[in-house]
Amino acid sequence: MSKKYDEIPIAGNIVEPGNSKGYLTGGWRAKKPIHKDETCLWIKNGTCGLCWIYCPDNSVKLIEKDGKYSYEYDYDYCKGCGICANECPTNSIHMEDE
Amino acid sequence: MTSVERVPEDQIVVEGLTGDAAIAHALKQCDLDVLAAYPITPQTIIVEDYQKFAANGEVDAKVIPVESEHSAMSACVGASAVGARVATASASAGLALMWEVLYCASGMRMPIVFTVANRALSAPINIHNDWSDTYGARDSGFIQIYCQSGQEAYDTTIMAFKIAEDHDVLLPIIVAIDGFILSHNVERVEMLPTEAVHKFLGKRVPFIALDPTKPITMGPLALTDYYFEFKQQQIDAINAVPDVFKKVEAEFEKMTGRKYGMFETYKTEDADIILFTHSSPGGTAKAVVDALREQGEKVGVLRLRMFRPFPAKEIAEAVKHAKAVVVFEKCLSFGAPANPLAMEVRTALYDLEKRPMVTDFVIGLGGRDVPPTTIVEGYEKTKEYLKKGKAPFFETLGVRK
Repeated sequence: MSKKYDEIPIAGNIVEPGNSKGYLTGGWRAKKPIHKDETCLWIKNGTCGLCWIYCPDNSVKLIEKDGKYSYEYDYDYCKGCGICANECPTNSIHMEDE
Repeated sequence: MTSVERVPEDQIVVEGLTGDAAIAHALKQCDLDVLAAYPITPQTIIVEDYQKFAANGEVDAKVIPVESEHSAMSACVGASAVGARVATASASAGLALMWEVLYCASGMRMPIVFTVANRALSAPINIHNDWSDTYGARDSGFIQIYCQSGQEAYDTTIMAFKIAEDHDVLLPIIVAIDGFILSHNVERVEMLPTEAVHKFLGKRVPFIALDPTKPITMGPLALTDYYFEFKQQQIDAINAVPDVFKKVEAEFEKMTGRKYGMFETYKTEDADIILFTHSSPGGTAKAVVDALREQGEKVGVLRLRMFRPFPAKEIAEAVKHAKAVVVFEKCLSFGAPANPLAMEVRTALYDLEKRPMVTDFVIGLGGRDVPPTTIVEGYEKTKEYLKKGKAPFFETLGVRK
């Protein structure tokens, strides 16, 4: 993501659709969401998922594997907006300084 | 490069045309796909005549009569993005209303031909000629060429497409004539057969175009990480203009026997003082030089054509032997140490070991007449300043004070 001026398409044209994936917006983050498994309803029984619904950057990963639920953030794209922490009904997410 | 042959004389049509009509006739022969414009004095005849050609079925282009100049330039950008050959025309307040989109046209690298009949800006409202409108747009990334005659306007409009559409350039281009002085006065214009113009220009070959079968995005966001790189690309593009211009003009000369250069020099070889201006005052200055030469004065004219990119090195070479360069310009940059044209000239000469003195005279604002006596006044004042060895940064001439 730091190509020289003569290595990039003319006039900023996007010639490969979906190239925004190459733009890691996680660098914008000032605060980072921290998840607590113990009280999370997704971890408990695979319900709720409000953080996943509200996340504007698809950075909440709700994972189900062999009947077991786990939880991750995609910090490459999480901008640290804090919406997930705000929406969580069980206060299982809090924001910490980067 | 297409092979162009000299057009036989019996195929040339001679007509008496206004400057605007000369441009309209050139546009008619350039095989446009789209013309989008909004009428404004003194450019109106360009679009009016072209609309007539379209209504009579003499051209295939789609004419888009938009609701404002902002929309006119926007429609041109859109049409150019799909690969169309596009032109528009405007002046003064109309050009000012295009402002935002001028930078989109150049930043998106759209080779739009934009013909302008130069007119003063409000307030007070004024429909007559000065260069405030296009000089204001000098940083917009457009190529700018100023013409002195109807013939030159016709020829330059045709060449403009070939320069702008060249893949080394891909930039929009302004072809400017002095409002009313050129736009509304009738001159003899030799017109080429349309087939010759078509052969000279060929079809536009877009470098990249919007195409539903191969989707791309044009004009997206570029922030701190990439914006600067795209501006660097624009620097390369505008720096490529002189070479492309020379190539295009050489080919045009083969076809017509006419060429103009990035600037014209008139009796400058042995001149102690060189008058420096463009557009209609260029003609007046040449007449003044003829009269002064008869009195034994060593004086010449450099009439600029290409203001953007400014041919600084070539100009320094052309005037470096002179004692003084006298700039006459129809524009004010309020609060600046000098005005746009003189600032360019002073910058161009700064690195010379022995610099000519540069004087700057603002003339003809709002269409104020520029008679030969105004040019002579600037010349005489410069001679005085040379004796004193010192000149003011700039002065106005022809204003009651």
